[in-house]
Amino acid sequence: MIRALLVLLAALIALPALAQDTMPPAPYAYTQLEDPALEARAAALMHTLRCLKCQSQSIADSDAPMAGDMRHQVRSRILAGESPEEIRAWLIARYGDYVSYEPRVSTTTWPLFVIPALVILIAAGVLLRRLGRRRGGAGGEEA
Amino acid sequence: MIAEIGLAALWLAAALAALQLVAGAAALRGGEGAASPLALYARPAAVVQALLASLAFAMLLYAFAVTDLSIKLVATNSHSMKPFIYKLTGTWGNHEGSMLLWVTVLAVSGGLLAAFERRLPERTLGATLAVQGFVALGFYAFLLLSSNPFERLPVPAAEGSGLNPLLQDIGLAFHPPTLYAGYVGLSVAFSLAMGALLTRAVGPAFARVMRPWVLGAWVLLTLGITAGSYWAYYELGWGGWWFWDPVENASLMPWLAATALLHSVSVLAARDALRTWTIMLGVLAFSMSMLGTFLVRSGVLTSVHAFAVDPERGAFILGLLALYIGGAFAIFALRAGAVAEGKRFAALSREGALVFNNVMLSAILGIVLLGTLYPLLTEAFDVRVSVGPPYFNPASAIFAVPMLLVMAVGPLLRWRADRPERIQFEVMLVAALIIGVIAAVSFFGSFPFLPLLGLGLAAGLGVAAFLPLRGRRLARVPVATWGMVLAHFGVAVALFGMASEGAFTKERLAAVAPGGSVEVGDFAVTLERVVPVAGPNWTAIEARLAVRQGDGAPVILTPQARNFWSPPQSTSESALLTRWNGQLYAVIGNQAADGRWQLRLWWKPFVTFIWYGGMLIALGGVLAIAGRVRVDLKRRMARRQGAARRADLEALAGAPVPAE
Amino acid sequence: MARRLALWVPLGLFAFFAGLAAYMLTQDKDQFVESAMIGQPLPDFALQPAFAGLPGLARADLVGGKPRLLNIWASWCLPCIAEAPQLEALKARGVEIVGIAIRDRPEDVAAFLARHGNPYSRIGADPISEVQLAIGSSGVPETFVIDAKGVIRYQHIGDIRPEHVPLLLKELEKAK
Repeated sequence: MIRALLVLLAALIALPALAQDTMPPAPYAYTQLEDPALEARAAALMHTLRCLKCQSQSIADSDAPMAGDMRHQVRSRILAGESPEEIRAWLIARYGDYVSYEPRVSTTTWPLFVIPALVILIAAGVLLRRLGRRRGGAGGEEA
Repeated sequence: MIAEIGLAALWLAAALAALQLVAGAAALRGGEGAASPLALYARPAAVVQALLASLAFAMLLYAFAVTDLSIKLVATNSHSMKPFIYKLTGTWGNHEGSMLLWVTVLAVSGGLLAAFERRLPERTLGATLAVQGFVALGFYAFLLLSSNPFERLPVPAAEGSGLNPLLQDIGLAFHPPTLYAGYVGLSVAFSLAMGALLTRAVGPAFARVMRPWVLGAWVLLTLGITAGSYWAYYELGWGGWWFWDPVENASLMPWLAATALLHSVSVLAARDALRTWTIMLGVLAFSMSMLGTFLVRSGVLTSVHAFAVDPERGAFILGLLALYIGGAFAIFALRAGAVAEGKRFAALSREGALVFNNVMLSAILGIVLLGTLYPLLTEAFDVRVSVGPPYFNPASAIFAVPMLLVMAVGPLLRWRADRPERIQFEVMLVAALIIGVIAAVSFFGSFPFLPLLGLGLAAGLGVAAFLPLRGRRLARVPVATWGMVLAHFGVAVALFGMASEGAFTKERLAAVAPGGSVEVGDFAVTLERVVPVAGPNWTAIEARLAVRQGDGAPVILTPQARNFWSPPQSTSESALLTRWNGQLYAVIGNQAADGRWQLRLWWKPFVTFIWYGGMLIALGGVLAIAGRVRVDLKRRMARRQGAARRADLEALAGAPVPAE
Repeated sequence: MARRLALWVPLGLFAFFAGLAAYMLTQDKDQFVESAMIGQPLPDFALQPAFAGLPGLARADLVGGKPRLLNIWASWCLPCIAEAPQLEALKARGVEIVGIAIRDRPEDVAAFLARHGNPYSRIGADPISEVQLAIGSSGVPETFVIDAKGVIRYQHIGDIRPEHVPLLLKELEKAK
C-alpha cells in the first residue's frame, strides 16, 4: 500500500521533470556581475541557498531553470544594493527556513545551537575528568 | 542455471552463518579447555561461508557480464549496449547487487579472521565468530527475503532498461566496493569488541588483534571517501567536492569513528589504557556504517547521491540496526561497568594527547550526526529546515582546530608523562609557522576566515608531521612510525587543498561564440568549435576548447553535454586540465538564441591536493599495517625459535652426555 | 554510579533515533515546499500579457470584488494539461481565475489554450519566475486563493484533481 502510494507520488513528481521549457535563461542566471566584489558576495550567498526543485543542491550547483531564476534574483538584488542577509530574509519570508542552508536560531532550530554548546561542555568535562585529576593540570598540551 | 547456483550458494551460506552462530556460542559457553564438540565447527563454517558468498557474487557478476536478461535485476539495471566495464560495475550499481557485495565482503572478512587468527583465546574468538555469524545472518535474511538479486523474470526481457548515466563512470568501479569493504571491515572490529566484552578479555592482546582490522577498514574508508569526493567533483559538473549532503555525511561518520577507534586501540595495545572507550568506539564505528546504509537506502533524507531508494527495505535495515546496535549498546551498558579501568597517565603525555584527539573526533562526529539527522526530527513535526555548509563548517571547526593543534605536537610526547619544556622548541616552531602564514596570506588580500585558518594550520601541520623523525636515524625508524608521519602529513596536504580551493578559486561564466575567447585565472580559453559526437549508448555535443597559459602551447579540452537514451537522461561531462598547482575545470552549457554557447570555467588552485592528501593518509595506513604485521611476524618467529631452543635444551639435558 | 548511568546514554540516544526513524518511515515523504506567504498581502507586481488574446496581470487586478484563484502554470507543464478540465469546472461555477505563465512563449500559450480550453480572465507572463518567487511558489502548477483585499489565503500545490474542486470552492467561500 505504502509502496503503491510512493510509486504514484514518484510518477507525479517525475512528470514536471520530463517537461522542460525552451525559454532562454534569465539574464543573470548564467552571467556574472561585472564587479568582482559584488559577484563574490552573490556567489557566497548562492552557495547557501537551496534549490527547491532539486535533491539537496544549492542554487549555485544546479541546472534547474528555477535555480537559474533564483540566481538571477540574487544577482540583480545584490546589484541593486541589497545585502546578502536581506536577500536571504526575503527568500525565507517566502519559502520558510527550508530555502536557506544556514539555519537561524529560532523556536524550531535552537537545539542545533544548544547541543553543540552542550557537546563543548561535555567534552571539556570528560577531558578534565580524564586528564585533570592527575597532577600536571588540564589542557597542558593545548599548544 | 547461473542464477540458481548463486541463489543456492546464498541459502547455504546463510545456513552456515547460523551454524557459525551456534558453534561460536557453544565455544563461549564451553569455557576454556573444556571445548564443546560443537565449537569445532565455528572456524570451518566461517571459511566455507566466505567461499559460498564469493561464489554467489561471482555468479551475479557473470550474469551482468553476459547481460542475462532473464534475471530481473539485470533487466532493470543493465543494457546490452552498455560498455563492458559498466556492465561489470553495474553489478553493484543497484540495491540488491550492492547488498550482495556487502554480505560477500562480510563473509570474506569473517572467513579470513577464522582462518588466520591464532592469538585470541578460543572463547573470545568463538564469541567473535558468533557475533559475526549473527550479523551475517541478518543480512542474508535481508537479501533472501526482500532483495533477492537472482530473481528470474517469467519471460526474459527483450532489452534491459539501463543504468543511471551518472553511475556509468569508472568511479563506480572503485568507490562503492572500497567504501563497502571499509564499512564491513568495521563489522570485524565490532564483532571483536563484542567478543572481548562478552568474555571479559579487553586488553592489549585483544587490541593487537583488532588493530589491523581497524587500520584496514580505515584505509579503505579513506580511499572510498577520497574517490567518492573526486567522482562527485567531476561528474556533477559544478566543481564542488563536498557539500555536507546526507549521503556524504553517511560515509564521513564511520570514518570519524574509525579514526578515533584507530587511535584509542593503539593506546590500548601499547599502554593498556582506554579499555571501555575502545569498546564503545568499536560499537560506534559499525553503528555509523549501518546508519549510513540505512540513510542511503531508506530515502528518509533527501540527497543528491541517493540511488535505489525504497522505504520498505529501509524498514528492514532499521530492524537490523535496532537488533545489532541496540543489542550491542545494551550489552555495553550491562557489561562495560565490569571492565576495569586501564592504566593511568598524566595529562601531558602521548595518551593525554590521544584522549584529546578522541574526544574532539567524537565531538565532530556528534555535530555531523546532529546536523544530518536534525531535518528528520523537524519533519516529524511538519517543519522543514535545511542544514548545510554554513552550519557544518564552523561547527565542526570549533572542534577540528584544537584537535589539529594537538595533533601537531601529540606524537612528540612521551607515553605516560612528559615535561612541557621538552617540546618547547617544536611548539614555538609550529605556532610561528601558523601565525606567519596567516599573516603573510592576509597581507596579499582579504580571504574568508576559515580557509585562511586552514592555510596556516596546513603549513604548521605539514612541518610538524615530520618532527617526530628529528634526531632519529631514519633507517631505524619503524615502518609503522613512517605510516603515522605520512598520514599526518596527508592531513596537512588535504587541508591545504581544501583551504586553497576555498580561498583562491576563480570562476568564470560566459556566453561565447565559436572563435571567441574568455580568460580565467591566467588561462585564455578559446572556443574553437562545437561538434556533435556519439558514444555507445549516448549522443553529445562536444566543445573543443583551446586553453593557453601565458605564451605556452594550447591544450585542447573537450567538455560534453551528453544525452543518454536508456534511461533517458542528460549529464554534463566536465573536462579537466590538471597542472601541478591546480585544475582548470570546464563545462559546456546550452546554446543561446544568438548562437553563443554557455561556458562555465573554474581555475581551482591546488584543489588536487585534497585527494592527494586523502591518498597519502591511506598510504600511511597501509604502512602502519605493514609495520605492525612485520613486527608481529618477527615476534611469532622469535617465540617459535625460543620454544624450539628450549625444547632442544630440555632434550639435551635429558639425554646422556655423549662421550668425546 | 554516575559512570554506570553514563553507560546507558548511548542506548538511550540510539533508541530515540530508532523510534524517530521508524516513525518517519511510515510517513509519506513530503516533497512539496509550502509558501510562507499564506496570510500575507500579495507583493506588488505588473506583468505583461502572456499572449495577445488576454490582458496582462498586475496586483491591482486582484484587489476588490470577490476572491479569485491565481493559477501558476505553463504550456510546457504536463500536469497543467491534467488540471485544465477542473479549471473549466471552477470557471463554470462562477470563479474568476487569473493565470501567470511561467517561462513561456506567447505562441505556446495560445496553442495550449486553443487545445485545452481557456478558463482565464487575465494571464501575465513571468519569463524569469519573478512573481512566482515573490509569492513563494516552487513549481507548476500551483493555485492560490486570493481574497478581495489582495491577501493570499490558501495554496494548492500540484494539479487540481476532481476531488480538489469542492475544496477550492470552500476555500474561496472562506476567503469572502
